[in-house]
Amino acid sequence: MNPSSLQKPSAPATESTSARAGLAVQVAGASVVFETHDGPVHALKNVSLDIAEGEFVSFIGPSGCGKTTLMRVIADLESLSSGTVLVNGASATEARQNGAYGYVFQAPALYPWRTVLRNVTLPLEIKGMGAAERKAVAMRQLENVGLAGFEGKFPWQLSGGMQQRVSIARALGFEPKILMMDEPFGALDEITRDRLNEQLLQLWAKERRTVIFVTHSIPEAAFLSSKIVVMSARPGRVVEVIESNLPANRTLDIRESPEFVDIAHRIRVALRQGESYDG
Amino acid sequence: MADSGLARAWARLWPVLAVMGAVIAIWYAAAVGLNAPQVIERFARDKIQHTHTQLVEATWSMKRPLLPAPHQVAADLRQTIFDEPINTPQNLLFHTWSTSVTTLTGFVLGALLGILLGVMIVHLRTLERGVLPWIIASQAVPILAIAPIVIVIFGNLGLAGLAPKAFISMYLCFFPVTVAMVQGLRSAGVFERELLHTYAASANQSFWRLRLPSSLPFLMPSLRVGVSAALVGAIVAELPTGAQAGLGARLLAGSYYGNTAQIWSALLMAALLGLALNGVLSAVERQVLKPWRIAKK
Repeated sequence: MNPSSLQKPSAPATESTSARAGLAVQVAGASVVFETHDGPVHALKNVSLDIAEGEFVSFIGPSGCGKTTLMRVIADLESLSSGTVLVNGASATEARQNGAYGYVFQAPALYPWRTVLRNVTLPLEIKGMGAAERKAVAMRQLENVGLAGFEGKFPWQLSGGMQQRVSIARALGFEPKILMMDEPFGALDEITRDRLNEQLLQLWAKERRTVIFVTHSIPEAAFLSSKIVVMSARPGRVVEVIESNLPANRTLDIRESPEFVDIAHRIRVALRQGESYDG
Repeated sequence: MADSGLARAWARLWPVLAVMGAVIAIWYAAAVGLNAPQVIERFARDKIQHTHTQLVEATWSMKRPLLPAPHQVAADLRQTIFDEPINTPQNLLFHTWSTSVTTLTGFVLGALLGILLGVMIVHLRTLERGVLPWIIASQAVPILAIAPIVIVIFGNLGLAGLAPKAFISMYLCFFPVTVAMVQGLRSAGVFERELLHTYAASANQSFWRLRLPSSLPFLMPSLRVGVSAALVGAIVAELPTGAQAGLGARLLAGSYYGNTAQIWSALLMAALLGLALNGVLSAVERQVLKPWRIAKK
């Protein structure tokens, strides 16, 4: 361990490897190299990024840009070839073991043999929460995502959008500080996706958890995020970080506003810039 | 309402009945064909003039036919089920009960062994390389060769009766269960597994909450295959035990004494027993796999 990380808390937060207050995630010089038959592939190359607590951060870019890999590194589902990742000031592994985040996959990944309620109580069960308490928590989370009354159903009895909402309720069950979502609405139709985006934003506005959101939809990123990380492929890297300050209580109507159009435009320009890197 | 219910039942029933009718017709015809040479020879010996009708009638009412007609088998079934005291070897149900006990014991042991081996193979990589080839080789050895050896060895150990028969039955039963279990325990998807990783779940928790339940759609059909194999194993095991009890013994005794009707009624009974065991397991399977019902579609 670097001795500078033991410095007094009052010291200026310039040292990138030291944990700073108010930062949910610190990524410094992160690289991930996959060994393939055609030689090594740089899924991520020298990525540095800070995410403050309470931010809604989207990773956007073409496929192969490493946006999912970056989130999986933060979630300790993938290990770094070099660089450091701190989550809530601890290593990614410690953070995972402490239940720092809830993860929503591209598919709902509900267990078909469990009812909706018992899918949501699954993480609570694993953390050793008592039966009565975990039921109460799960019912509250289901209500949160608008699924009160569906707790006794099996996953197949729900639509795709409802299933993904169950998986969000499940991810929020043990009140993690961070919510990570990997293209959670990618498989849904646009109408459902719009509605879920609005609900997700309301949820975020209410609870102010840190959200990390992977998407390849420009309108989705622009609508949801307080910070948009634009990435580019071969090797996976960050092209630009765009700060957005659309009003917190926005609805889908904001997509017609000049502010929204401006942010979407800046994302598009950054994405194009990323492409031209290869020459 | 009741009408459409009846119509539906009929729609499901008539193909079965049609096939059954065809089978019986073919059976009667085959009985004529197979038994006629013997009948003609007897008529010739006794110098009896006969019509075609008499010939056909005679082929269907022989005492020791090569192929007994369906009604003769039915008569044998009726007599050996209802007319004989139930606790004697003359009664077919006595033998059916004996085979059922062997089959069920072998099936339960085989299913448990199959599940256990599957779990061990999935959890210990070295076991897969070390044990799996032996398990596969074990199934290539003909059961008919193993059965007498098992009976002799168990007999020397002082174990006669159920134990050696159940062992042979188990030997046939465990394999499909093991194969299905290995496949089933590995069937959980990437997201489902990574989800537990994000919860920092222990290997034990993953096993009970994910691996085992996701193996059920593989395990349940393999149990149906397994119970049929256990029944075959039980019947084979009864052959070298001296033909005392069981449908296998009944088959053997029938062929010793040229009592073909007895062979056929034992065969029918074995088929019915197989169907019944399968039916019970199908019902259990439907119940257990209910949540998967539409998810699989």
